Amino acid sequence: MDLLGFIIICVKVLVVFAATMFTVLALIYAERRISAFMQGRIGPNRVGPKGILQPIADGIKFLMKEDIIPASVDKPIFILAPAILLVPAMMTFAVIPFGSNITLFGREIPLQIADVNVGILYILALTSIGVYGIVLAGWSSNNKYSLLGGLRSAAQLISYELAMGLAVISIILLAGSLKLNDIVADQQGYFFSWNVVKQPVAFLIFLVATYAETNRLPFDLSEAEQELVGGYHTEYSSMKFAMFFMAEYANMITAAALTVTLFFGGWDVPLINEASLGMVGVLLSVISFILKMAFFLFLFIWVRWTFPRFRYDQLMKLGWKVMLPIALINIFITAGYLSITALV
Amino acid sequence: MYLSLLFYFIASIAVGSAIFVVLNRNAIYSAVSLVLCFFALAVLYLLLEAYFLAVLEIFIYAGAIMVLFLFAIMLLNLGREEALPRFMQLQRSLSLMLVLIFFFGIFLILFGSSEILDPPVEKFSGGGVYSLGEALFSKYLLPFEIASLLLLVGLIGTVYLAKRKI
Repeated sequence: MDLLGFIIICVKVLVVFAATMFTVLALIYAERRISAFMQGRIGPNRVGPKGILQPIADGIKFLMKEDIIPASVDKPIFILAPAILLVPAMMTFAVIPFGSNITLFGREIPLQIADVNVGILYILALTSIGVYGIVLAGWSSNNKYSLLGGLRSAAQLISYELAMGLAVISIILLAGSLKLNDIVADQQGYFFSWNVVKQPVAFLIFLVATYAETNRLPFDLSEAEQELVGGYHTEYSSMKFAMFFMAEYANMITAAALTVTLFFGGWDVPLINEASLGMVGVLLSVISFILKMAFFLFLFIWVRWTFPRFRYDQLMKLGWKVMLPIALINIFITAGYLSITALV
Repeated sequence: MYLSLLFYFIASIAVGSAIFVVLNRNAIYSAVSLVLCFFALAVLYLLLEAYFLAVLEIFIYAGAIMVLFLFAIMLLNLGREEALPRFMQLQRSLSLMLVLIFFFGIFLILFGSSEILDPPVEKFSGGGVYSLGEALFSKYLLPFEIASLLLLVGLIGTVYLAKRKI
């Protein structure tokens, strides 16, 4: 690999990392403002104009607070757990294409960190790693509520991973590739070529599963305050708690980006051929990706402050007895349709 | 150059974590270092350009099987320092014998042929998703179906054992 290529990759990694961190901050602010709006409150409005610097103040507060490690915790794992949760959450964005190819210095640069040919599996594999952080945090805290929270969350993640993976398989069948780039290219053109139109059932299953995978309401049983105090992060304080917090929001960002990529044409602007417009096309594609992603992030917050929490047995019933069979039937129908059209 | 450096780095992590799994008395630590070992193996697959295999390694072993292991360890609440019972002398000598036979076999192969030391490495073309799928559904169809049947039997057996009254 030449030097320029290496530098380009480094820059892309930095830009994506910084953008994700910035979005986490913006999302925390948005969550607080929107929840305040929905509950008829004002929300944070003292730090900066309209309280826009509130997330930064929060961050400084987290850094300054005393970092308490309780006496009887399993120290190495207690310290390691937040990192195990945060790192995969930050890594998943690496394979998501966030714009059409840009031409700089006479070479074509894809707006994506790594074009892995098993991209979608990479994301699913990494999301399944995040569960270790939660389980280990719950166990190492030496606290019954934390342990229960961790176990609940592990069971939930494993159950909904299945439905999520099966929903994704029907998309893979349509695109005929595991590469996210090919999946985006498959949806180019009109609205009707987006996978949400072709695969509405898979979209619904995937959307519900992402809420369960990110531990957001209505599926946030692992940190159900009324039952489990705070769930797996009860014993955590200061920056370690902030890392759990950041991981949750980073997971939301990845989930939203993945929903856009798989079902809403990725960076595709309908009716426009981005490649023929040069730099304007690239800009348009990135903006359309960001706008679509912002909508799904808003949906996350909207749902959180609108729906009540599921009961645990309802959650398991929904995952195993409703979503899994529907996803399987959907795959069956999709594969059947594809094989029939291949014959004709 | 860089690749072989990376290989030795990753390989030492894999071997080190595998040794840690065996030597550690704390079951949770063993499980976590086994996960680390799986990750190192996945990176080794990546170096061979077998992307699909690497992702599957993480997906199945680290993502699914080890989570269940952790589950079991936590729920059984295995003590942090459980001393091994003393009556395992027979097992110990037996296992030592087996290990010696195993290593003897490996050395026999290592020094018996030159091909092991310098294997003809064939890289997967295109990560092997297509080629793997084609091979599974044509050449290896019977073993594939038998394996799936075995998994189904395991599944039914688990449900039966866990839930006596259905």
